[in-house]
Amino acid sequence: MLAFTIRRFLQSVIVLFVMSVIVFLGIYAIGNPVDILINPEADIAEQEETIRRLGLDKPVWTQYFTFMTNALQGDLGGSFVHNEPALRIIMERLPATMELAIGAVGLAILIGIPAGMIAGLKPESIVGRGIMAGSILGFSLPTFWVGLMLIMLFSVMLGWLPASGRGDTVELFGIQVSFLTWDGLTHIFLPALNLALFKMSLVIRLSRAGTREVMLQDYIKFARAKGLSEVRVIRVHVLKNILIPVVTVLGLELGSVIAFAVVTETVFAWPGIGKLLIDSIGNLDRPLVVAYLLLTVTMFIIINFVVDILYSLLDPRVRLGDVKS
Amino acid sequence: MKIRFVSFAAALVMTAMVPVTASAAELTVGLASEPSAIDPHYHNLGPNNEMRRHIFESLVWQDEQQKLTPLLATSWEPTSETTWEFKLRKGVKFHDGSDFTARDFVYTACRIPMVPNSPSSFTIYTRAMKKIETPDPHTLIIHTEKPYPLLPVELAVWGIISATANGVTEDITYNPDGMGCGITTFPQTKDFNSGEATIGTGMFKYGEYIKGDRYVMNRNEDYWGEGTEWDKVTFKPITNSAARVAALLAGDVDFISKPPTQDLERLEKDPNVTLSSIGSNRVIYLHMDQYGPSTPGVKGTGKPEGKYEGEGPCATTDCEKNPLLDRRVRKALSMAINREAIVDKVMGGYAVAAGELLPQGFFGTNAGAKPEPYDPEGAKKLLAEAGYPNGFELVLGTPNDRYINDAKIAQAIAQMFTRIGVKTSVNALTKSVFFATRNKYEFSIYLAGWGAGTGEMSSPMRALVATRDKSRGLGGTNRGRYSNPALDDVILEALATVDDDKRAALLAKSSRMAMEDYSILPLHFEVTIWAHRADLTYGARADQYTMAIGIKSKK
Repeated sequence: MLAFTIRRFLQSVIVLFVMSVIVFLGIYAIGNPVDILINPEADIAEQEETIRRLGLDKPVWTQYFTFMTNALQGDLGGSFVHNEPALRIIMERLPATMELAIGAVGLAILIGIPAGMIAGLKPESIVGRGIMAGSILGFSLPTFWVGLMLIMLFSVMLGWLPASGRGDTVELFGIQVSFLTWDGLTHIFLPALNLALFKMSLVIRLSRAGTREVMLQDYIKFARAKGLSEVRVIRVHVLKNILIPVVTVLGLELGSVIAFAVVTETVFAWPGIGKLLIDSIGNLDRPLVVAYLLLTVTMFIIINFVVDILYSLLDPRVRLGDVKS
Repeated sequence: MKIRFVSFAAALVMTAMVPVTASAAELTVGLASEPSAIDPHYHNLGPNNEMRRHIFESLVWQDEQQKLTPLLATSWEPTSETTWEFKLRKGVKFHDGSDFTARDFVYTACRIPMVPNSPSSFTIYTRAMKKIETPDPHTLIIHTEKPYPLLPVELAVWGIISATANGVTEDITYNPDGMGCGITTFPQTKDFNSGEATIGTGMFKYGEYIKGDRYVMNRNEDYWGEGTEWDKVTFKPITNSAARVAALLAGDVDFISKPPTQDLERLEKDPNVTLSSIGSNRVIYLHMDQYGPSTPGVKGTGKPEGKYEGEGPCATTDCEKNPLLDRRVRKALSMAINREAIVDKVMGGYAVAAGELLPQGFFGTNAGAKPEPYDPEGAKKLLAEAGYPNGFELVLGTPNDRYINDAKIAQAIAQMFTRIGVKTSVNALTKSVFFATRNKYEFSIYLAGWGAGTGEMSSPMRALVATRDKSRGLGGTNRGRYSNPALDDVILEALATVDDDKRAALLAKSSRMAMEDYSILPLHFEVTIWAHRADLTYGARADQYTMAIGIKSKK
C-alpha cells in the first residue's frame, strides 16, 4: 500500500509539471491578453506600458520561471482580468459547480441504476426497450441543445422553473450553498438534469449489462435455491455486484463533470468554474487558466486514486499492486 | 353562539395571517457581458463603465446622444488656451453622508495612476492635467500643458470616489507624476468588490456583488437629483444570447441587451415584449494594408516593386505585390460593396450604411456625407485601369464573436469582391486570436469596429487613420498602417483647437480627406437594440451602454 502511494505521488508530480508547461506555452502562443483587455482608445504608449506592467514583455522562459517559483510557494498568480489571486477566484466559484456536479451525479445514480436494472431484468419488454432507446438519446443529443430545449419547455412555455442563474444561497460551514433553499432547488434542477443526462445514459447501459451478466451467475441460482425472496436477491446480490464498473466510470465522470460543465454552465448562466474557464480562455487570462487546469489535474489524480482504493475494497480479490496507474 | 364566535375569531386570524407585501419596485436586467470588477478605475471596459455610472458619478454626463451635460459640475469653460474652470454642484452627499467637494476630485485624480495591475488604465484620461487648483470647495481650475479641448469629454469617463470615506481628511495637492500625491494608501480593487469602498454620489448604492452571478444595487434615498423609481436593481450576466432571450420570455429578467438578430422577429411579434433601438456610434469598417510594397494576403498580383522594410511577415517570407497601395484598387473595392444589401439582409435592417466614420449629426461629421454608391461595373473598370483586369486573390480577416454578425458581414463582402474579380476567402477567428494576428500585421485586409467613446470625430481619426506614432499618441489602432502626413497635420491641429466650431470644421475636413483617399472603408453603423417588458421604456443610448438609469416604467 505504501509503495503504491509513493509511486502514485511521484507520477502525479511529473504529470502536474508537464501539464503546467504545456498550458503555459499554449496560451502564450495564442497572443497577448492586452489586445483584448485594453480599451481601444488607449494609444500606443499606453498599450506598451500595460504590457510592461503585467510582465508580458519578458521572454517566455522568464515568465514561466517566475510563475513556477511563485507556484511552489502557493501563489498561482493573479488574474489579469479580475486583479485577485487566481486560486481564490476559483475557490469562490467552486461551490456552485460542486453543487451542480453532485446534483448531476446524484440524479444519474438515482435514476440510472434502477432504470438500468429494470432494463436488465426485463430486456425484451417494452419498458426495457424503451429505457435503452432513451439512453441512446441521452448520450447522442448535444448538451447545448438539450439545455435550451429544457429552458424553452419548462421556463418559457410552462413557466414552472426559472430559466437561468443560481438561486438564493445560505451559508453552510462557511460555504455558500443553494440547495438548502427552495428557490435554490428550483434553479438547480434543470442544469443538473441537463448535465446528468449523459452520465445517466452511461449508468443505465452499464447497469443493464452488469445485471444481465450477474443474473446468469451460479450464486444467483444458489440464492434462489436457498429460498431468498426475489427482491432480496436483486437488492443485495445483484446490486452489489454490478457496482464495480459503475463506481469506476462514475468516479472518472465526476472529475470531468466538475471540471468541464462549461456548456451547461454557459447555457444556464450558472456561476461556476466551467464558465469562468471559458471566459478566461477567451480573454487569454493565463494565470487563471493555468491555475484552473493544475487544480483539475490534481483533482483527477485524487479521484483516480480514491477509485482505485475503493475498487480494491469492493473486490477483495484485487490487490493494489495489480492496479496499474 | 360559541360556534359563531369561534368562526368569527378564526376568520379574523386568517385575515391577519395574509401577508401584506409592500409593492417594491424591483428590476432585473440580463447583461450580455459582465463587468470584470466594481472598482471604477481598474479597467476601462464598457461593462465596467456602465455599472460604474450607477454608483459613482463624474463631473460631466454624456446624454443619450453623447452630448455633454452638467452632472457633478454645473458649468465649465476654458478661461485660457490651457486652463479650464469647473464650477461644482453644491449640496451633493456621498452614500456615507460626507459632502462632495473639489478635494474628492483631486483625490480621485491622484488615485487613478496608483491602481495596481490595471489591464486598461484610466491614466489616459488624467495625464492631460498638469495642475489642479481648488480656490474654494466648489471650484476647480485645471491647467493643461497644451491646449486640450477634450478635457470635459475625458472627465465624463471616470467616476469620483470620496477622500473622506477612504480616510484622507487633510488637503491634497495634485501631482501629475502619478505617484499618489503623497498619499500612502488607496482602496484596493477587492475593497470595491466587497462593497467596503464602494461609496459614490450616484443614484444607486452598492447592494451585493457575486461575481458571475449578480450585482445588486439599491436606491440612494438621499440622491441630490431626480433619482430613480426602482428600489432595487439586479444585474445578471447571461452571456449566452439564446439563454438571455429565454430568460426575458420566461419573465426571469425584465430587460436584456443585445438580443441576437435571428430572434428579433419573434420578439417584435410578442405583445409582452418591446424593442428599443437607436443608431449607435459604432462603425464597422475594413482596414487595408497600405504599408509596404508587398502584402501577405494576396495572390496573383506578381512580384513586389521593392524590398519590404519593417515589421510584418513579408520581411521574412516572400509575399506578392501589394495592390492596395493604389487608390484606384481601394476605391474599386469600396464601390463593389452593396452596403444597403448588407444592412437589409445581414443585419435585418438594424444598421445604417456609413459614408464616414461617425453617423450624421455627431461632432466633426460632414453634413450629407453619403455612403459610396454601389457600382460593380465601375469597380471592374477601375481595377482594369489599375492594372488588374483579371483581378487577384485576397484573404479577408475578421473576428467571429466580437461584433454583431461580424463573420456573416465578411462572408457577404467576400462574395461581393469575388463578383468584381477579386476572389476573396474569409479567415474568421475568435477574437483573442484575431487581435493577435492583426497586431502582427498578418492580414492584408480585415474587418473591425470602432465605437467613439468621446462621441466626436477626433476619436476614430486619431486612432484609425493617423500615422502610427507613439510619441504623438496617434494611430493606436491603425493596423493597416495608412500614413498621410497632411492628414496627420489636420488631425493634430484639431486636437489642439479649443474653440468648438473651429475644431468641428477641422475634424470634418480631416474626415473628408480620409474618405477621399480611401484610407479606410466604412461599412455601416450598428443599431443597438434592447428588448424589455412592454410596460417599460428605455432611453436608448448611442454609446450602446445598458443602464438602469435610463429604464423607466410607462405611465
